[in-house]
Order: sequence, then C-alpha cells, then structure tokens
Amino acid sequence: MSEKIALSIDDLSFSYGGKKALDSIDFKIRAGECTILLGPNGAGKSTLFSLITHLYDTHQGHIELCGFDVRQQTRQALALLGVVFQQTTLDMDLSVLQNLRYHASLHGLSRKVAMQRIQKELEQLNMYDRRFEKIRQLNGGHRRRVEIARALLHKPKVLLLDEPTVGLDVPSRQSIVDYVHHLAANENMAVLWASHLIDEIYPNDHLVVLHKGQVKANGSVNDVLQFSQSTSIKEAFYQLTQGEQA
Amino acid sequence: MNILHYWRAMWGIIGRELWRFVTQRERFISALVRPLIWLFVFAAGFRAALGLAITPPYETYILYEVYITPGLLGMIQLFNGMQSSLSMVYDREMGSMRILLVSPLPRWFLLLSKLLAGTGVSIVQAYVFLAIARSYDIEAPWQGYLWVLPALVLSGLMLGALGLLLSSFIKQLENFAGVMNFVIFPMFFMSTALYPLWKLQESSELLTHLAQYNPFSQAVELIRFALYGQFNQTAFVFTLSAFVIFMLAAILGYNPSKGMMARKGGAGG
Repeated sequence: MSEKIALSIDDLSFSYGGKKALDSIDFKIRAGECTILLGPNGAGKSTLFSLITHLYDTHQGHIELCGFDVRQQTRQALALLGVVFQQTTLDMDLSVLQNLRYHASLHGLSRKVAMQRIQKELEQLNMYDRRFEKIRQLNGGHRRRVEIARALLHKPKVLLLDEPTVGLDVPSRQSIVDYVHHLAANENMAVLWASHLIDEIYPNDHLVVLHKGQVKANGSVNDVLQFSQSTSIKEAFYQLTQGEQA
Repeated sequence: MNILHYWRAMWGIIGRELWRFVTQRERFISALVRPLIWLFVFAAGFRAALGLAITPPYETYILYEVYITPGLLGMIQLFNGMQSSLSMVYDREMGSMRILLVSPLPRWFLLLSKLLAGTGVSIVQAYVFLAIARSYDIEAPWQGYLWVLPALVLSGLMLGALGLLLSSFIKQLENFAGVMNFVIFPMFFMSTALYPLWKLQESSELLTHLAQYNPFSQAVELIRFALYGQFNQTAFVFTLSAFVIFMLAAILGYNPSKGMMARKGGAGG
C-alpha cells in the first residue's frame, strides 16, 4: 500500500450560524486506501463533503487534496476529485451518454477521449448497453452506477461517496461496495465513503467514526476495535456514539 | 487549465440547456403562448382604448400590437430569466447544481456560461415569436430583425443575471411565488412594455420615474429602437450597467465564502 497522502484534513471546524457542525476534525487518507466515514445521521458527514468539494468555504482548518489547498488552489484540487453525492445529481431528462458527456465537457475532455472513457467505465459497470436510455428509465441501482462511472471519467485520485447505497436492494449495494473497494485496491485510488451501514466495511478498510461533529475514532478496523474495547464494529460504533443507532 | 477546457465546458453547458429546451415541448409552447395571448387578445382589446402619438423610433401612427411587440420580446426574456433562476433553485435542491459547481473551473465562468445558455434559449423563443407576429402583419423593417439580435443578447443577459442573482437568495422552490409577485409583475407593469412613458405621465409622476429607471423598461426600449434599425444609447448604457451590477452580485451570491450559499445549512449526515 502506498503511503502517499491523497486527502488531508487538519483541525477543521464549521458552524451553521451558532450551531457547530464540525469540531476540530483531523484525519488523512492515503492512495490505495478505502476509508469509511461512519456516523449516524446529523454527524456532520455531508457538511464535511461540502467542505472538501468547496461548496462551502473553509473558515477554520485546512483541507488538502494531493497537496493542493482546497481553499487556495480550488481548481487544481477539484480536478483530482470524483464525487458521488447522497442525492442523485443526474439530469433525469437526458440519456446516460448525454449526462456523461456533459460531465466530460466540464472537465475539458475532448469528444474522442470522452467517448473512449465513457465506454470503458460503462462497460466495467455493465451499463454500456443502456447508454442511450434516459436516466428516468433506470432503477436506483443503475443510476448509482452511472454516477460512479461519471465520477471516474476524469481519472480522479480521490473518490468521495456520500452514502451512495441508501435505498438500494442488497445485490445492487453489494456490487457497488465491491466495485469501489476494487478501485481502491487495484487503481490506487483514495476512497472516502460516508456511510451508516456497518456491513459495507471490509476488514482492510480504514475507519473514521464521526459523531456530533467530532472524530471519535480513527484507524484500521482492528485499531478501532481495540480502542473501543469491542468485539465487533457494531458494538464499537454503539459505544463510540453513546448508544445511537448506526 | 487551458482555453480549450473553457471552450468545451461552455459548449457543454449551452448544449445541455438547448437540448433540454428542445425536448421540453411544454416549456417551449407555454413560453410562446403567454406573449401571443397578450399580442392577439390583450392588444386587440386595448387597441381602441389607447391612442398612441407618434414617438421615436416610430415615424408614423402605429397599431397598439406594433407598440407592444418589443415589450413582449422583453417579457419572453424576463420570464425566461426567471425560469432559468427557478431551474437553478430546483437544480440546487435536487443536487444537479453541485456537479456544475464542483467542476474545476472558476465559478464566475460557470455562472456566465449558464447565463449565456439561458440567453440563447430566450433568443430562439423571441425569433419564433417575431416570425408568428410577422405572419399576422405585425412587422418591422427586414434589417430590424438583424439589428435586434445584439439588443436581445444584452437584454437577455441582463434579465438572466437578475434571475441568477435571485436564485442565489432563494432557499427553497416554494419561495419562488414571491418572485412572481415582487419582481416579475412590478417589473413588467411598471415599464414601457405596455404603455409609453408619456401615457404614464398623465396619471402619476412617481410611476413615471419608477418606469423610467426600471432596467426592464430600458431593455425594452433598446429592443424597440433596434427593431427599427436605431441605436438607443441611454437604454444601452443603462441595460449594460444593470447587467454588470446583477452579474457581479450573482457571482458574490454564489461565492462559497461571501455569499448566501455559505449561510445555508446542509442536509444529511
């Protein structure tokens, strides 16, 4: 596993008015590592994602993406970032191909390069045959696959996924979980996966447990189990979040 | 980051907007029906009630339908600007706006591209409306149809920028009804779109001033003069200034550190 740091969060805090959403967050993600950001609803996961993607500005603390400060070098940082948001962000009235070509144009890819990458990514996710279908005609699992393909078109170094499997059936969830872990292991991609579903965690994953805007634990699965003196992730999560359900 | 990247991104945004417009047939029809009702029903009814003196750019007595045609072109662009604004709020609520905002380009450029796309759509609507009007003998000189293009570009940008600015302030889709009541209707009715300034002067000095300094009036006058091959410098400077002010304010509104976006709460975990 490479030791190269792909995403670095240092002393990050954020408030909505007087309400603190994130409180001195610190953690790092390395290339080739899949980090699960585990936290109950309202833990601050989506706020953290909005800060990493610069939808909100960082007022306190630092975020670096492959060495680029997200606040100061926003465009260089965003060029290396692929994102799958919690809500679907596809245009329902456009086809799969049109949605992906739109994204490719936003990243400055030529038509030829875009078409090659679209074919490759859609084939890997078994969606190439459906490229002319409108998003509205696809089920939730297939829409998610299109969003993952889209997030990978510009070959990002860091992939963010904000609860991408919510509302999906078990086979769809499993295929997405497997594919994203494959990307981290075989494509040397750094993955940050926000979730509250414990069964999405692999034994080799890195864990960050977020609760009420604070990092409660940070390390490998074994580290977190030891730290919380637990025998299972479920138990650890329960203890670290003081009894709140995952 | 090179110029080709900007070029591709801009055409990607414009192409998407035009494609959406072409495929949304209801939107196209409703955008045309509204001004056509004003032209063929309202104007026909008011033709007898409103006597119009000869005022520039007109050199002869004109029918009321001829007078309100530039105003209705402005109306098309006003509603289109607000429609774009509405779709921005919708996109933000639904999430697709995020994909635009997290792309590696300056935010001002993304907003300007979005604005150009909306303006392009409004110009297509305006020319279709002019073609229908001409087929019913509501005509302008042939060269006027060419001269009106730059005027429509500027007025479309100005009204689109206003929509963009409003969308940065509107938190939820439901609040959009307020925009209809507090922006669209006052702007449209307190303008020279439906009646000339001297007609308003007969009834209220205050209304005359409000109409005179209403950016929408200036955009309509710019269109009106251009349609008759004339350049209205005051209207041009006024419309251009309003565009610059609205655009700068909209960019500020969408700036994550300074604008309204920063003060809005996030949903989810």
